[in-house]
Amino acid sequence: MAVTPSPELTLGPVFFNWHAEKWRDFYFRIADEVPFSTVYLGETICSKRTPLFDHVMPLVIERLRAAGKIVVISTLAEVTSDKDRKCVETVCDGEGFTIEANDASALRALRGRAHHIGPFINAYNEVTLSFLANNGAQNICLPPEMPETAIQALCANTNLRKTSIEVIVFGRLPLALSARCYHARAHGRTKDSCQFVCEDDPDGLNLTTLSGQNFLSVNGIQTLSYEYLNLANDLTRLREHGVSRFRLSPHTCDMVQAAKIFRRILDGDLDGAEAISQLRAILPQSKFCNGFYHRKPGHRWIEAPPPESENSAMMRDTTALA
Amino acid sequence: MPIQSARNGNLLKPELVCPAGTPAGLRAAVEAGADTVYCGLQNATNARNFPGLNFTPVELAEAVAYAHARGAKLLLAVNTFPPSGQFSLWRDAIDLAAKLAVDAVIIADMGVADYAAKTYPALRLHLSVQAGASSPAAIQFYCESFGIKRVVLPRILTVDEIASIHAQIPCEIEAFVFGNIGLMAEGRCSLSNYATGLSTNMDGVCSPAGDVKYEEDGAGNLTAKLGPYVIDRFARSETAGYPTICKGRYSCNARNHPYYAFEEPVSLNLSALLPDLMRAGVTALKIEGRQRSRAYVKQVVSAFRRAVDDLMQGRDPAIHELITLTEGRRQTEGAFASKKWR
Repeated sequence: MAVTPSPELTLGPVFFNWHAEKWRDFYFRIADEVPFSTVYLGETICSKRTPLFDHVMPLVIERLRAAGKIVVISTLAEVTSDKDRKCVETVCDGEGFTIEANDASALRALRGRAHHIGPFINAYNEVTLSFLANNGAQNICLPPEMPETAIQALCANTNLRKTSIEVIVFGRLPLALSARCYHARAHGRTKDSCQFVCEDDPDGLNLTTLSGQNFLSVNGIQTLSYEYLNLANDLTRLREHGVSRFRLSPHTCDMVQAAKIFRRILDGDLDGAEAISQLRAILPQSKFCNGFYHRKPGHRWIEAPPPESENSAMMRDTTALA
Repeated sequence: MPIQSARNGNLLKPELVCPAGTPAGLRAAVEAGADTVYCGLQNATNARNFPGLNFTPVELAEAVAYAHARGAKLLLAVNTFPPSGQFSLWRDAIDLAAKLAVDAVIIADMGVADYAAKTYPALRLHLSVQAGASSPAAIQFYCESFGIKRVVLPRILTVDEIASIHAQIPCEIEAFVFGNIGLMAEGRCSLSNYATGLSTNMDGVCSPAGDVKYEEDGAGNLTAKLGPYVIDRFARSETAGYPTICKGRYSCNARNHPYYAFEEPVSLNLSALLPDLMRAGVTALKIEGRQRSRAYVKQVVSAFRRAVDDLMQGRDPAIHELITLTEGRRQTEGAFASKKWR
């Protein structure tokens, strides 16, 4: 078992286009009520959205900092247009903040400076991680499709005092990025003429298959899972492997309550099964998934093995139909 | 590796880079006029890790000798992302590439690039489209970090954007001109893994055949599924496509009818834009399709060989025959002509 610092709960950036006031009030509540050590802020999906909440950003940063949270600014994930480039440059030029890089252009801008690596950068192995650490990375949030075996091997081969490992444990899975805006496309528009129609879907626009199966959710140029990732059952083992930071991805559900549940698991006050039942109460209409972690199709929900037969138990593999 | 560059007006003669899924496909591509062929090993180290495809180390050695004896170059694609615990498979691929003196290795993972650059400084590295480097600064980062000599650009850029990037980067540009086009940023897509449990990035396979199912109803309509998910349906009269998530039809509450939520199932055909691409500074023209048949490769490569040679000699290229080879016989100039599609 790796020696790990005390586990931290972090809040990832909001992927969706929330109204500025709603966005501000969300973070005010986070600042006042939730035990996050680090809060990632900033637009990661669409550079067109950044002017929409620029005016409330300083207030939110101030409030979070006053509450003792570390604020990290995340950069854009997919950089294609001049506007995108400018957006990344502006963030990386900012002084007084730690930056989380989400594409290689940000890695260049941040070379030699302490920074974080976001989940949109492909850091799958110890050689990549060591290269990134030499570039200045101090914390790496792993790609969400990493299975437990690879996470365990990565932690075993990493100096965790120098570079901490962060894993996303809650929220719709970010699955793909594109240069095309799928929100605009759904409404018969293009990215340039979108009229910010993505603001209608604060948790994403759901796509169902021709047979009516819930499948995916689109958010501008991003495609997410329909199911919500939930690694509540796996926190203890992740900690044992050496993962020290656990990230929740913001949604419109009660994130304060979700964070408190995850905090209680980390503090040993709540077991996974009870946590999952409490999380189901927060998201009664939704389904959970954890397949990627178990090296199964990502949409699946794998039940935890019964504790008494931990070493010999076959994972019970049930497709999430609940 | 010197670039063959015969001048014709403003045009530099581009290198035609062709797919080689098998040794027989490789010979077909070279005979049809490929300047360069690219291939992969029979494992997860490349992004076309399909059964019955790719090369054993012995076959690769023979392929290098075959290509070099005919004046063609051979590139090895080691363009997936090793998960921790399995890095040695990718390291072995780089070691083999260096030992066999392939003309370049196409890499995507920063760790693999770092290993190759440090261990074999003379080994030429190309940046795979799987690395997802879509801006000058991103490409510069890879060039400065690993000495990348050529970048394969994502299929999402317009000709003008390619020209602009060309002016800002210190390496050559390779651009896709024909074949299967995806709009999802390459190397950043877990959709297939979400449905099937096999990862495009880590396992080198998108829409694995073992997870594809076609179900026929009483009226002869075909439903195409990937894993448990319905990707599309085809009437008896339609050509059924292969179920790829980003080319499927779905419903959402903004639409009254199912629609291609991501993109139409079309193939990329830039043959009409060849002069523009060459003027934009593209060094190499890449044809996609290591998974395609030898006959297909022969036809496409021959047609592009003639088109490039015609252009270099000031003739209008005859390219109409390529249309019959495109997916569902529907083709697109994709992102390259304008950015209105975004």
